[in-house]
Amino acid sequence: MSRKLFTCNGGVHPEGHKDASSGTPIVILPLLPRYVVPLRQHIGAPARALVRAGDAVLRGQMIGAAEGYVSTAAHAPTSGRVVAVEPHEVPHPSGLTDLCVVIESDGLDQAVEFQPLDWRNLDPSALRNRIRDLGLAGLGGAVFPSFIKLNPEGAGIDTLILNGAECEPWITCDDRLMRERAAEILQGVAVMRHMLGAREVLIGIEDNKPEALAAMRAAAAADVEVVAVPTLYPTGGGKQLTYILTGRETPTGGRSTDVGVQVFNVGTAYALHRAVALGEPMLSRVVTVTGHVAAPGNYEARLGTPITDLLLAAGGALPGSIGKLVGGPMMGFDLEDNAAPLTKAVNCIIVKHSSLFPAKPAVLPCIRCGACARACPADLQPFEMYWFARAKDFGKAQSYDLFDCIECGCCSFVCPSHIPLVDFFRFAKSEIWERERHKHDADQARARHEFKEFRLEREKQEKAEKLAAKVAENKARDAAAAAGVAETAADPEAERKKAILQAALDRAKKAREGVTPRNTENLPPAVEKQISEIEARRAESGAAQPETDPPRAES
Amino acid sequence: MFSAILVMAGIGLVLGGVLGWASIKFRVDDDPLVEKIDAILPQTQCGQCGFPGCKPYAEAIAKGEADINKCPPGGEEGVKHLAELLGVEPKPLGEGLEAKPKAVAVIDENMCIGCTLCIQACPVDAIVGAAKQMHVIVADQCTGCELCLPPCPVDCIHMEVIKEDVATWKWRYPIHMMKRVE
Ligand code: SF4
Ligand code: SF4
Ligand code: SF4
Ligand code: SF4
Repeated sequence: MSRKLFTCNGGVHPEGHKDASSGTPIVILPLLPRYVVPLRQHIGAPARALVRAGDAVLRGQMIGAAEGYVSTAAHAPTSGRVVAVEPHEVPHPSGLTDLCVVIESDGLDQAVEFQPLDWRNLDPSALRNRIRDLGLAGLGGAVFPSFIKLNPEGAGIDTLILNGAECEPWITCDDRLMRERAAEILQGVAVMRHMLGAREVLIGIEDNKPEALAAMRAAAAADVEVVAVPTLYPTGGGKQLTYILTGRETPTGGRSTDVGVQVFNVGTAYALHRAVALGEPMLSRVVTVTGHVAAPGNYEARLGTPITDLLLAAGGALPGSIGKLVGGPMMGFDLEDNAAPLTKAVNCIIVKHSSLFPAKPAVLPCIRCGACARACPADLQPFEMYWFARAKDFGKAQSYDLFDCIECGCCSFVCPSHIPLVDFFRFAKSEIWERERHKHDADQARARHEFKEFRLEREKQEKAEKLAAKVAENKARDAAAAAGVAETAADPEAERKKAILQAALDRAKKAREGVTPRNTENLPPAVEKQISEIEARRAESGAAQPETDPPRAES
Repeated sequence: MFSAILVMAGIGLVLGGVLGWASIKFRVDDDPLVEKIDAILPQTQCGQCGFPGCKPYAEAIAKGEADINKCPPGGEEGVKHLAELLGVEPKPLGEGLEAKPKAVAVIDENMCIGCTLCIQACPVDAIVGAAKQMHVIVADQCTGCELCLPPCPVDCIHMEVIKEDVATWKWRYPIHMMKRVE
């Protein structure tokens, strides 16, 4: 293999700690009594719940349907009964709750009938819809709905990259998957290639995983190239791996698809294989449980498995642990609550111990040494962005391409002043997003307000027009009457028509009054009755009198 | 016969009127400063600034007839932006005005009598419902202006503060210990 590799700027060499969990085979977790399945496990709109408390479900049954375009489905991990659809702890940096389907298993683990997909012959759009309904999302951590990334339309993708770099310390779930299930991963790759029409397929794996490289090479067909890339964090970043393997630079603010490349994680390829070959929805994933636990390793657990149970499977946290990390030490976040379940996004749980994760030293002022800029794989100026983010001058921060920051943490890692730079970038980004949301809301409100004013004005005008028409009509009638009194009076047909017209006008008038009561005067007795009934209810419940007294009926 | 002609003429007049009026109303505004100020105002349309909506307040600021610190929903942040735009010093919100957390109105379904009074009051048509039917507020469209509260004859509308969720949650400003440098 003599592919010319390109070298990214920046990057760091944090300690790997991969041996802690990479030595033992993937362990499949036994069936648990209870699962908690969040409806938002992917980027985009949460799935819409299809079940209610009390419903019986089967394994693989869709319990949440994709809502809107950027969304995907959620499924029951086993058979049993839905005990609640309610907010529950989820693995999220906020520690907030989110809507989840809580399922009590019946121990039978009965499945719905899975329908394998005839992917070679199925209409592309129908195939994508099936993949959406099977709940596939990227397992590398970004959890973007896969069916969208598998749409080649307008993208002009010629290269498919499979990301097996797994550059983040501690995490080994992709490594184990490649060692143990290389053939299945490559079958998933074949489906991806077919769907995207990609000419070239490259599989990038860091050279610290020789077993995975060997297994993938042994399983790969001649037209798939397995490439060993130098171990350097963050080689597994989509844009970074694209550049290393192809030399194509993703433009600022763009995606790898802008340069004809689509990148998928190896776990996603494996899930896609199961989806097409077995018709199985995304029901489980491999997750690394490591750090200060009795039996660190990789576990294949159903989505919705409470993290407590996952930790128990790994022998439980050892004494002296100081909390848990979700994801790796570079990009992960602290887990607030062990009750949170495993989701499609969770690739690793690290139990921390002070010897492995010492307290962060105190922060010093920035000395503008430039180390952060040299370490930044996205060629940004972290110290400039930090300066403006700290001063909450978000416009300026953005002008330094803040949104090209992949939050890899290299800058914080090298900073001699121990400044948590990436925390400031996350803070600034979410402030800017909120501003965008407010701006959008304000624009909507302005348009709606202007339309309402337009509507009121139109209604006023319409009323004036009608009045004018009526006056004109009366005048015309008077004139006609004056011109030929005898004739009109004698014509019973004309009289009849006039009566019908008058009746219609009266009806219209009544109807108008009916739909737009201007105030609470002249209310029909029924409404009066309703008001007094409500008043009575209010009085009973001890509610305060309203400030505007409802008018009493005269009669 | 006569009436038929008159009705047709009437319809023609109405449509002509609507078109003519719309062309005036939806014309691009002549004053770019008013537009720029209006773009900063939150469009809550609540009238707390003492003007019948955000646009009239924007016009008053542009004419120099109103101060920039009269809009509570915009908060200090809004004042800061207006100050930047107009090249003046920012100042705290005007006396007696304070920014409240963003809320939406909710109608108590059991008490609503379907009187349509709130529909008429809502500046952004965020309330749907027909006469004598239960009314519902579309939360996404409600600006939280509270204008629908006073007209309700049975007091069945209340405000609910919008809670932060996983989608709208923001990373906090990093608080870290800064070592004193002597
Ligand atoms: S590495 Fe730290 S001290 Fe050096 S320039 Fe960057 S932020 Fe400043
Ligand atoms: S976190 Fe952002 S700014 Fe820092 S090194 Fe990574 S990409 Fe560059
Ligand atoms: S106070 Fe602010 S939001 Fe309310 S109407 Fe005035 S400018 Fe608009
Ligand atoms: S529903 Fe009420 S609070 Fe909401 S925008 Fe309309 S009038 Fe204002």
